Amino acid sequence: MEFLIQVLNGIQYGLLLFLLASGLTLIFGIMGVINLAHGSFYMVGAYLAYWLARETGSLWLALPIGVAISIGIGIVLESALIRRLYQRDHLYQVLLTFGLILIFEELRSILFGNDVHGVAIPPVLDFSIPLTETLSYPVYRLFISAVCLALAAALYFIIQKTRIGMMIRAGNSNREMAQVLGVNIPLLYAFVFAFGFALAAFAGMIAAPVSSVFPGMGHHILIICFVVVVIGGIGSIKGAMIAALLIGIADTLGKVLLPEYSGMAVYLLMAIVLIWRPRGLFQAT
Amino acid sequence: MQTPLKITQVLLVLGLACLALFPLTGSTFYIQFFTKIMVMAIFAMSLDLIVGYTGLVSLGHSAFFGFAGYVLALTSPKYEAVSLWLTLPACVAATAALALVIGTLVLRTAGIYFIMVTLAFAQMLYYLFHDTKLGGGSDGIYLYARPSLAIGEFSPLNLGNHAHFYYFVLALMLAVYFFLRKVLASPFGRVLVSIKANEARVKSLGFQVFNYKLGAFVLAGALAGLAGYLAACQYGFVNPEILSWHYSGVVLMMLILGGMGRLYGAVIGAFAFILVQEFFSYQDIFGEYAKRWQLALGSFIVLVVLLLPRGLAELLERADRKPATGSGNG
Amino acid sequence: MADAALKVRGLTRQFGGVVAVNNVSLEIAENAVHAVIGPNGAGKSTLANLLSGDLRPSAGDILFDGSEISHLSADRRSRMGIGRSYQKTNVFREFTALENCRLAAQSRNPHPFNWFRDALSYRGIVEAAQRALATVGLKERMEVPAGHLSHGEQRQLEIAMCLATNPRVLILDEPLAGMGAEESAAMVGLLKTIAAGHAVLLVEHDMDAVFALAQVLTVMVNGIVLDTGDPQKVRANPNVQIAYLGRPEDHA
Repeated sequence: MEFLIQVLNGIQYGLLLFLLASGLTLIFGIMGVINLAHGSFYMVGAYLAYWLARETGSLWLALPIGVAISIGIGIVLESALIRRLYQRDHLYQVLLTFGLILIFEELRSILFGNDVHGVAIPPVLDFSIPLTETLSYPVYRLFISAVCLALAAALYFIIQKTRIGMMIRAGNSNREMAQVLGVNIPLLYAFVFAFGFALAAFAGMIAAPVSSVFPGMGHHILIICFVVVVIGGIGSIKGAMIAALLIGIADTLGKVLLPEYSGMAVYLLMAIVLIWRPRGLFQAT
Repeated sequence: MQTPLKITQVLLVLGLACLALFPLTGSTFYIQFFTKIMVMAIFAMSLDLIVGYTGLVSLGHSAFFGFAGYVLALTSPKYEAVSLWLTLPACVAATAALALVIGTLVLRTAGIYFIMVTLAFAQMLYYLFHDTKLGGGSDGIYLYARPSLAIGEFSPLNLGNHAHFYYFVLALMLAVYFFLRKVLASPFGRVLVSIKANEARVKSLGFQVFNYKLGAFVLAGALAGLAGYLAACQYGFVNPEILSWHYSGVVLMMLILGGMGRLYGAVIGAFAFILVQEFFSYQDIFGEYAKRWQLALGSFIVLVVLLLPRGLAELLERADRKPATGSGNG
Repeated sequence: MADAALKVRGLTRQFGGVVAVNNVSLEIAENAVHAVIGPNGAGKSTLANLLSGDLRPSAGDILFDGSEISHLSADRRSRMGIGRSYQKTNVFREFTALENCRLAAQSRNPHPFNWFRDALSYRGIVEAAQRALATVGLKERMEVPAGHLSHGEQRQLEIAMCLATNPRVLILDEPLAGMGAEESAAMVGLLKTIAAGHAVLLVEHDMDAVFALAQVLTVMVNGIVLDTGDPQKVRANPNVQIAYLGRPEDHA
């Protein structure tokens, strides 16, 4: 039963990773931009949740406001800086987004200080379901998983079944052709980036009650995110889901079974996948 | 390969002269400060070999830098000075072996994948030293005595003396510079440069591109190990942070700032970056804001990427070309 | 008829639903030029890519001196003696013409381990490069960066690079692409000289060049071989004439 709890935790972590990774893989796959600052976007979300929940008294209010603010920041960031990175060498993208990390870290320090903050779980979800006589599982964590799954389904629907999803898929495989066929690429890119930003921030927001809000929270998860995208295959949402779940469970179980080596386990997994499939498990269609 | 042009040459020679004479000022703090920069210059040059010349963008180069330092720390007895003649080649060789293993795996990938797997392997090494008992955990390991150059009774330099150590590092920096220039002018080096220019064509001409990339990767790793060894000697300790991707990012930044694909650019970049970083944290100028140097540094990085992508070396070369009528062939 | 240096049997290449090269068989003999013509989209460049190793076949064999090579990489095939020039100029623009050819010549004698000797000190390699440049008529321009050469000169450089690798088989993908009348005539003259001692596969649009150079002619349409054999006979084939609507379109 303890094992079940760990597996549930692993799945929840994996689903959260999926939210982050899907934004990252869309930005890579469609815009060809490698974005080191994605972890910082997650952090922005967490701090927004903290601040807005503190000001409004409710996480439920904080979420939509936070998402709106994130979309706004995403749009501004894209038009001011990110659009200058398209078609440029990945090296410059790495460095510019690296610079953004430093900027975000310091801004966070200026605005919110360096303390660890907590965000309260909304009262309506603040209880546990009993699994056995002695063990129970927090409902909020189930809520996180449910929300991520719902978003995953929505993402699938948008990309496979709507016009904008079609444009995204077209832009993914052939930018010039899509442009020639009338897709407004600059607008599409702005949308995709803002959407990716918002996804990452949203993940930070709903995770805040369980993970706390602290400096540097973006760094670790960023790299795990990269591993998810590399294993899953750049541009593939399906790959991101499978890889995220794989890693979520492996990481969580690893921490329990082999705590000394759990940090390395994820990278070992990535190395093995890459030896077998240098371009990840799935490629974007 | 580009050789430095007139004004640039003069400035570089002047800079070298200043470096050579600097210890005469006697300021311990600044002698150590510039030693640190020269070690980073070696690190940056090693990265330039794969990024600037071969076109392989690695975000995991600090793995080799840190690994060599750890090997030294782990193989040094507690309070005794080891012989540099034994440990330096050993650490560099061990790092080269690591680069061979990692390179064989990561060079199967390309582009964005390559950037990410190099990052991930460096992280793996970070966690190895951070989490396990192997490396003393997050506290790291201390090196209580600097390696010694002694052969029997005779010792040409006392590396414990910061001025001696300064000149030792200066000599190594110059040695690495001229060594890399030789390598880049050799048949092997010419292939590396053409791989960056047009990899598919190099392949169709009959070269086994993978082997050349691996060779460059291992050489770069070995030289990064040399820098890491010297850094460990200088600071007297190693900790997992020197293996972090933050560090890898910083050295990439030095390359961009100085100018990729010109070895002296790596050196200029190392000096410029560290000086800028110091500048932003200098309280006498910025007062309270000095604590926010990360913000200034981050903004500086963004501006350099947008406005000066070819680095300071490009500015120098433009100054050289102004009086001439045609464009230079280098 | 001399022995076939390169034999292609039932070569096929698919891209998803599109069959770009469909069951193509042909032979390239020593000391002969085998030309392949066809409208745009006929699969000619794909065929060239399959032979040079830039693409792998979906089915079929490629035999070089009797041994199967279709699974071998491009660099391996180059070392075996199969040289390739590209339709879209693929030279190293920042290097001089000499350096382009020197690199090509170096591939035969790589010397990868001597890091202390300057590449230019290997006289044999440099001279091989200079000879290749002289053959194509670029000797005077050898110190010019390839990006500064005229289009025609760049096409000549493409050939020179190919020659510098000392190949037995030459796969030339539209060497006359984008050339004016005078340049084309010069190139045809050059190709005539080169044909001696090599087995040449010439993919081209320029009909004058084809009939001046080829001993064997293959016509491809939509990936299929329409006809193959003596150029004059193929030219007279009514199917070929229909496929071309009387005369082939000029290359744009």
